[in-house]
Amino acid sequence: MNEEPLLSVQGLEKHFPVTKGLLQRQVGAVRAVDGISFDVRKGETLGLVGESGCGKTTTGRLITRLIEPTGGKIVFAGHDVTHMSQGRLRPLRRDVQMIFQDPYSSLNPRHTVGAIVGAPFRIQGIKTEQGTKKAVQEILELVGLNPEHYNRYPHEFSGGQRQRIGIARTLALKPKLIIADEPVSALDVSIQAQVVNLLEDLQGELDLTYVVIAHDLSVVRHISDRVAVMYLGKIVEIADRKGLYESPMHPYTNALLSAVPIPDPKRRAGRERIRLQGDVPSPLNPPPACRFHTRCWKAQEVCRTVEPPLETLAPGHQVACHFPENVAGSLEGVLGGTASTGAVPAEAAPAPEGGALA
Amino acid sequence: MSFLELKDLRIHFPTDDGLVRSVDGLSFSLERGRTLGIVGESGSGKSVTSLGILGLHKGGRARISGEIWLDGEELVGASQEHVRRLRGKKMAMIFQDPLSAMHPFYTVGDQIIEAYRIHNDVSKKVARKHAVDMLGRVGIPQPDRRVDSYPHEFSGGMRQRAMIAMALSCDPELLIADEPTTALDVTVQAQILDLMRDLQRDFDAALIIITHDLGVVAELSDDILVMYGGKCVEYGTSEDIFERPEHPYTWGLLGSMPRLDREPTERLLPIKGSPPSLINVPSGCAFHPRCVFEERTGGLAKVEVPELLESEGGHLVRCHLPAERRRAIWQKEVKPNLEAS
Amino acid sequence: MVSYIIRRLIAAVLMLVVVSIVTFSIFFVIPRLAGVTTIDFASRYVGSKGASAETVAAIADKLGFNDPLVVQYGRWIKGIVLGAEYDTGASVEHCPAPCLGYSFITKTPVWPELLDRLPVTVSLAIGASIIWLIAGVATGVVSALRRGSFFDRAAMGVALAGVSLPIFFTGIICLVFFSYRFGITAPGGSYTAITENPGEWAYDLILPWITLAFLYAASYARLTRAGMLETMGEDYIRTARAKGLPESKVIVKHGLRGALTPILTIFGLDLGLLLGGAVLTESTFSLPGLGKYAVQAIQSNDLPKIMGVVLLVTLFVVLANLIVDLLYAVVDPRVRLG
Repeated sequence: MNEEPLLSVQGLEKHFPVTKGLLQRQVGAVRAVDGISFDVRKGETLGLVGESGCGKTTTGRLITRLIEPTGGKIVFAGHDVTHMSQGRLRPLRRDVQMIFQDPYSSLNPRHTVGAIVGAPFRIQGIKTEQGTKKAVQEILELVGLNPEHYNRYPHEFSGGQRQRIGIARTLALKPKLIIADEPVSALDVSIQAQVVNLLEDLQGELDLTYVVIAHDLSVVRHISDRVAVMYLGKIVEIADRKGLYESPMHPYTNALLSAVPIPDPKRRAGRERIRLQGDVPSPLNPPPACRFHTRCWKAQEVCRTVEPPLETLAPGHQVACHFPENVAGSLEGVLGGTASTGAVPAEAAPAPEGGALA
Repeated sequence: MSFLELKDLRIHFPTDDGLVRSVDGLSFSLERGRTLGIVGESGSGKSVTSLGILGLHKGGRARISGEIWLDGEELVGASQEHVRRLRGKKMAMIFQDPLSAMHPFYTVGDQIIEAYRIHNDVSKKVARKHAVDMLGRVGIPQPDRRVDSYPHEFSGGMRQRAMIAMALSCDPELLIADEPTTALDVTVQAQILDLMRDLQRDFDAALIIITHDLGVVAELSDDILVMYGGKCVEYGTSEDIFERPEHPYTWGLLGSMPRLDREPTERLLPIKGSPPSLINVPSGCAFHPRCVFEERTGGLAKVEVPELLESEGGHLVRCHLPAERRRAIWQKEVKPNLEAS
Repeated sequence: MVSYIIRRLIAAVLMLVVVSIVTFSIFFVIPRLAGVTTIDFASRYVGSKGASAETVAAIADKLGFNDPLVVQYGRWIKGIVLGAEYDTGASVEHCPAPCLGYSFITKTPVWPELLDRLPVTVSLAIGASIIWLIAGVATGVVSALRRGSFFDRAAMGVALAGVSLPIFFTGIICLVFFSYRFGITAPGGSYTAITENPGEWAYDLILPWITLAFLYAASYARLTRAGMLETMGEDYIRTARAKGLPESKVIVKHGLRGALTPILTIFGLDLGLLLGGAVLTESTFSLPGLGKYAVQAIQSNDLPKIMGVVLLVTLFVVLANLIVDLLYAVVDPRVRLG
């Protein structure tokens, strides 16, 4: 546990300027990512969840340095890569790869699978022992594709197979860290499970570390060891999987979990739900202090004036809230007993006050 | 006769590559005040079914056969003009992506007013008042001001509310929602699902929810129809489908899905392969190439299309395996794997 | 909305400044860079070919061709705004504002001549544009709705011909048949002002209108077809149908409205350009418009005239673009935000 994290993000910020008029005067900034910190240890999977506009995708792109951070620090394997030049970054690029959401648009339709998966070798100028083709075919086999399909084009594959091609491409250079941005959300339910399993298998075989960005809380829970919840550019809660899903402390996390539809018709009646009002505010003018206070049923005056710091309230469990829940280490979570039979009607989080209940 | 009844509905599209059998012999019925969930993956034919009911399946090239009975009227053989008059008034639809489903150049109010005035001979002023009422009804704050906003000025959740207001403006008796919350954030999805549940109670309409998300279906549906390859493979009450599922495809869907209400399993249990193309639907049982239990049919699944037969109490299953055998497999082989050990 | 209009207006003014600099450069700077001496240039400018080098040098100096370019540009702009005096040494020619130039060959200011010819070109352009808009858009809509039908194929075939056949070809064919053979249209070369006799006006112009409209209608039909095919596949069309809207309303109110924006853009540009003279059409039908004027100016090497026409064309294009931008905001409410 005490070893140095593979990836360490400290106070990371990305503000996109908003300009107006002929002179492109800056009138504000979209605070897409506004000072977030977390570590990713070697071999683990960190899930990054949140709703649209929370900054999770921007975070992924910052880590891979596809975009320049406005502030903060990114340390990868002991190197500060925050503002490293593209030239010096190049060797590190091999170690950090990205999987994208859309398997349809992220593959060049005019290149064969062999060319797509082999491209990283050529770009990085790597000679493989048995030749690129052999190496590529090995990778194809690894991700469950037929190596004989080396010369086929992306359109000849189904959505799930295309996502496998995308994964194969990232694996070519034996990366250490993979950022997966909504890796399964464009896929059919039965295919999602295939890809989730593949990602887990590869992690074991190749000793990979993942940062999985997704909006689907069930998928994130399945795949992650630790989970960070983001809201409007901030991390509001970060904890190991069990802690976060069974005793969530931040009201937003509670609300998110409560909002997920449960595929169990028997629970429909008994379930007391937290319903947030309205949509996520715009990150252009985020609410001051605690950003969640506009939708929070527990909000007090202090939430509007003082920003709650991200504090460790239980081992490995950090929360940014003035009035956290489940603090006494209570296991009585939002999903109730989570008994394996699932037969107990779940009691929602400590009954929220009036207005927020639907 | 039920309020809505489909009998052997087939919608086929001739294309250059071959005949696409989007819907291939679908029958079901639905009463007022009830909710039917249609579940399926891409290309299962679930969306084409809904468009077919409204007479919106694309182009003159589509071949439609079978019967659609709505409140005692047959729609497949009815004139286009007649079906058009029913659309929006007697039956309405909510679409997946409210941003692209609303015209970007007209205000939200204008679009609701338009929908109302097609079927009601009223002045613009009256229609506008109605539009404001409807927007208020679906929970849009300050409806008298927001009525003049354009769709792009609304947030995603507000747009879907406006879309619902538009669909409900003529008080339809059949409401079809095609992936109504797929484009929305989780917390907004929950709001919209609540809203739909409340509205359905108030309007006493027959509601069809079409989705790939079993969670959404479980939240709203009384009955569930599982589609695969253009056909219904399993139909039953939501308890039937979630607690006593009998079709291997339904088992596969349940196993593919990580669930928040249970201890996480070590691994998901996906279905192998991909959904079939509707041009080359596999022979026999369309699901057989992906089915784990296929060989237990003694080769029958490869050659013969199974019938949709009643298992018990209105629970219909399209599978060659005998009902007792399916129940045994579910209890002994499938169900235990879905729960964490 | 107001800020959008103001921004568009400022942009248009800036555009005019840029355009004037570019025009000025084409006529006064580039020849210099190409090594033309001020003497050569002046001799061409005033059309004094046979004159002695000394005389021309004096004229060049008098006209200020030896001054710094900035000064020359300033003087040129000042002329447009306030009018100018051209002192050639031999005589002082007066050119009242707006002075777009003074032809030393015909000894006339350019602007009044342009004004004379403008009604012809405007009549031609406006008439033709109405025909091609209606014909092109209607053909495109029908083609899109009956995609793959005989009508679609035939219309697109004709459209291809329309886009590719040069106007002097179609124009002459039309003249041969309709005027000379059947005698139902004017033989060209005549123009009657609309104020004088509207019937005569239309009679003289009908053939040029149709010929010119054919060329443009073809590309508008293709553009409309493509646009309609796209919008008719949009989700909001499905929504409109789901409301129970009659198909004709779905097509016009929802479909065409969505497909109109790109057509509007091209239309603005085309009309702007045409208002500066439909060179080929006017030549083919011998219409005394701006295009013909430009051709004559080029043939007689009359630089100030050419410059005047160029300036007017650019003015029209900038204005047309401004109007299109403003219409855009009316058509598409999302633009108003930008």
